[in-house]
Amino acid sequence: MLNTYAVIGLYALVALTFPFIVLLFARLVRPSKPNPLKNSTYECGMETIGDTWVQFRAQYYLFALVFVVFDVEVVFLYPWAVAYGKLGLFALVEMALFIGLLAVALVYAWRKGILEWQ
Amino acid sequence: MDVLKPQIGDWWHALLQGAGLSSGWIVFLDALVITLILLGLGLTSVLFAVWLERKLAARVQDRLGPNRVGPYGLVQTVADALKLLTKEDITPDNAERLSYNLAPGLAVFAVLMLLLVIPFGPGLIGADINVGVLYLVAMGSVGIMAILMAGWSSNNKYALLGGFRAVAQLLSYEIPMILAMSVPVLFAGTMSMEKLVEQQAHGRWFGVVMPAAFFLYFLAALAENERTPFDLLEADSEIVAGYHIEYSGMKFAWFFLAFFLNTLILSAIATTLFLGGWRGPFVEQVPALGIFYFLAKSFVLVFAFMWIRATFPRLRIDQMMAFAWKVMVPTGLVLVLVAAVFVKLPVAPLVRDVLLFLVNVFILLVVAGLVGRHLRLQIKRLSEGAAVVS
Repeated sequence: MLNTYAVIGLYALVALTFPFIVLLFARLVRPSKPNPLKNSTYECGMETIGDTWVQFRAQYYLFALVFVVFDVEVVFLYPWAVAYGKLGLFALVEMALFIGLLAVALVYAWRKGILEWQ
Repeated sequence: MDVLKPQIGDWWHALLQGAGLSSGWIVFLDALVITLILLGLGLTSVLFAVWLERKLAARVQDRLGPNRVGPYGLVQTVADALKLLTKEDITPDNAERLSYNLAPGLAVFAVLMLLLVIPFGPGLIGADINVGVLYLVAMGSVGIMAILMAGWSSNNKYALLGGFRAVAQLLSYEIPMILAMSVPVLFAGTMSMEKLVEQQAHGRWFGVVMPAAFFLYFLAALAENERTPFDLLEADSEIVAGYHIEYSGMKFAWFFLAFFLNTLILSAIATTLFLGGWRGPFVEQVPALGIFYFLAKSFVLVFAFMWIRATFPRLRIDQMMAFAWKVMVPTGLVLVLVAAVFVKLPVAPLVRDVLLFLVNVFILLVVAGLVGRHLRLQIKRLSEGAAVVS
């Protein structure tokens, strides 16, 4: 078991450094002749007007909130699914209640119009 | 069924012990060999996948596709990779340099990590951890961060819009995907990828028993992979190329590689979870056949991915979000409950599987019917001249 995680550790290390090593190598072989025009934002088109980092629309935030609710559900769903065969009928009733509650939340968000993209 | 790896592994360990190495060194060398094999496999398979996609798209559009470099243009991708490596890499002056440079590497890292838990054949798996499916879900989210970093740090409005769309889409479709993936876990009672395949013996593939869950996973995978009809986050006609518009040279190549490797891995996960992994006729007698079955099943799915990309138009963003939250999430919740009820049903396994299959087909038909009715109503209202959004 520990050996398995040694594999994961080494693999993660190599997978994380490998792309950057290739980028460093590319730095050695590629040309580099920057000029102000080339380095402007959106090189081949018109400069965009105004700041890019503006306040983004709240719509994305609402979807993120709904997402968090369902993502937390998954944290409960997976252990339940693994242990389900060993548990009695009670596990089914419990999860049905849990998913039912979530469904009510989804219906509420739906009726509130959060799921409509304006 | 732990056949291939132990055989090779015993020979390999005997060799190392014969050379007089301590156990710590053997663990390290084991890990090193697995790492190098997986990285090599991942990178070379991408070269092939890119060629395949270009060739297929060309055939669909009545063209020839790449046919100059090597037989059937097979070496074209290698030539492209070399070109990208030696191409000038432009960093815009306004970019936020740290995340701009980190994002491509992180995108590749996130996808490469997924390779580790995929069983390519009987016993051929990088690391058979007992939380395999959860690991896939967790690592899949890292890629979303890379995309947001790329979009935000480029300091370009197109890139930023692409990044926002990417997060909205990838997060939304992750939920139905996770729900669909929990169905095989429920059947098998384990999250280990190796044991999930073992549970699908005698042609009792989870994708056959639960076709609706497989279909749900497939659609969500299309969206997770930013493929048509869900490719709004890089819609060329709207936001030029989305989050990677400011990237050039090798950094662009990394995003490209991450995209194609993700296609292969999502198909491989679908094969493992729903199509019996490396299982097929005579695989008990000749374990090496398993690798062939696994690759064959995976590439059928890859072919479907590419076929859809070459033929389907793109959805609008409101349609895309509505489809995720109003169709796929409720369907996923219903499917999990249906699977749970049927697992506890006191009938023979075969009867249960047939019943589950029928219920699944029924659910698919009902959902398709409801979506179709909604669309027909919309078209009717539109043709009557009323302004409809949603």
